[in-house]
Amino acid sequence: MFRNQYDTDVTTWSPAGRLFQVEYAMEAVKQGSACVGLRSRTHAVLAAANKAASELSSHQRKVFRVADHAGVALAGLTADGRVLSRFLRSECINHAFVYDAPLPVSRLALRLADKAQVCTQRSWKRPYGVGLLVAGLDESGAHLYYNCPSGNYFEYQAFAIGSRSQAAKTFLERRFEGYNDYTPDQLIKDALSAIKETLQGEKLTSSNCTVAIVGRKDDGTVEPFEMIDAKRIQEIIDSMEATEEAPASAAEAESSSMQEDKGTDAGTGTDAAPMDI
Amino acid sequence: MSRRGDWVYENNGGTCVAIAGADYCVVAADTRLSVGYNILTRDHSKICELADKCVLASSGFQGDIKALHKNLAARELLYQHQHNKRMSCPAMAQLLSNTLYYKRFFPYYAFNVLGGLDSEGKGCVFTYDAVGSYERTGYSTQGTGSSLIMPVLDNQLKSPSPLLLPAKDAVTPLSESEAVDLVKDVFASATERDIYTGDKLEIVVINKAGMKREYIDLRKD
Repeated sequence: MFRNQYDTDVTTWSPAGRLFQVEYAMEAVKQGSACVGLRSRTHAVLAAANKAASELSSHQRKVFRVADHAGVALAGLTADGRVLSRFLRSECINHAFVYDAPLPVSRLALRLADKAQVCTQRSWKRPYGVGLLVAGLDESGAHLYYNCPSGNYFEYQAFAIGSRSQAAKTFLERRFEGYNDYTPDQLIKDALSAIKETLQGEKLTSSNCTVAIVGRKDDGTVEPFEMIDAKRIQEIIDSMEATEEAPASAAEAESSSMQEDKGTDAGTGTDAAPMDI
Repeated sequence: MSRRGDWVYENNGGTCVAIAGADYCVVAADTRLSVGYNILTRDHSKICELADKCVLASSGFQGDIKALHKNLAARELLYQHQHNKRMSCPAMAQLLSNTLYYKRFFPYYAFNVLGGLDSEGKGCVFTYDAVGSYERTGYSTQGTGSSLIMPVLDNQLKSPSPLLLPAKDAVTPLSESEAVDLVKDVFASATERDIYTGDKLEIVVINKAGMKREYIDLRKD
């Protein structure tokens, strides 16, 4: 990006009416490794590509459970994301304490957006350098929101953020119209496919992605927000690759292997314990 | 005491019991809610499941008890998020003690008995006063019927003095069903003479397999 004289302070406008520091913060999101989210009427899925700082280290945790009914996937400065996840967790707990009900996902996204906005209007703060995909289930169904450092948030049927996310977005744009009626398994497969798009040829395995799902089954029982364990993800990836090879087609559309680490939940996944927290 | 214009507590009565075994724990409480000589409801649970191996039974002022249970449940959820596992019973025991002492100068009018399995899978019972003094024991009772029940539990379950060698476990050698039968018997007895105890008995048994709940009818008078 270009350097200019209006970008030193977050509280300085440019003559064109832009806050450059906020825009630079959004650049930080684009540097983080990819995350995708998608939802049907009843289920929401988050998937993240795991990136490790080196071969010796464990990968960064990018998907966090915020409450039984909601979770986030983040891209950008994961330290900022960790702090925001802690904030979201305490918001959900406090709401449930006072109202004896889960915090609706739209209000959760709103609280996060308001918190981000504060940092765009104080000279002694900087904007959070992390974009969050907030997925959850409430009375009105499954939801997916994207919160960006500017304090804006939008609801999506499917979205991707982070580096090489455009490839994932292109994939999702082609397919999102059917998502409302997708089964959870179909959603998981598409999420894995989308992540695969961002890996640019690298092989998708259960150790380089994380998948989480939340939703309500047809009989009304709620499946709380949970990471899918690595074994199941590998099975799904393998089944996707099998169907892909069967028509002997090199098309990348169907190879959505979903991998999910149990790293966040039980810490007994195939990877070492996550670095942060 | 309620003659004072500023008395903010009331005693809703009831009794709680917990017995620890080698690999199980029984926590029980009656379900009667009273005020003065009246019954408010026959069907009110005094038991709160705080974690998968940890159950709290409290008697006293239900307003404070509800608040205390909510508080602890929220703290347990926070612990789950931070540590990726549920709180162990001894950890919850310490948290409960600290929570009670935090309000040392405006206490929770709650008399608590915490029961569950410790990290080794052995039964544990912790008994409290209103301001957080606590002790791990093999069995305990709190509430309006406690003075009727405690001597019976002492008679049946008291372990020999810890000064005697070889050292003996505080937990009872009774089997799970024997302990549950003992609980039913002591409640039946307490119901006879304590006006605040009766209606129904709620028994929660925690063991390796999980938590089981059963309800027994008690005298309604």
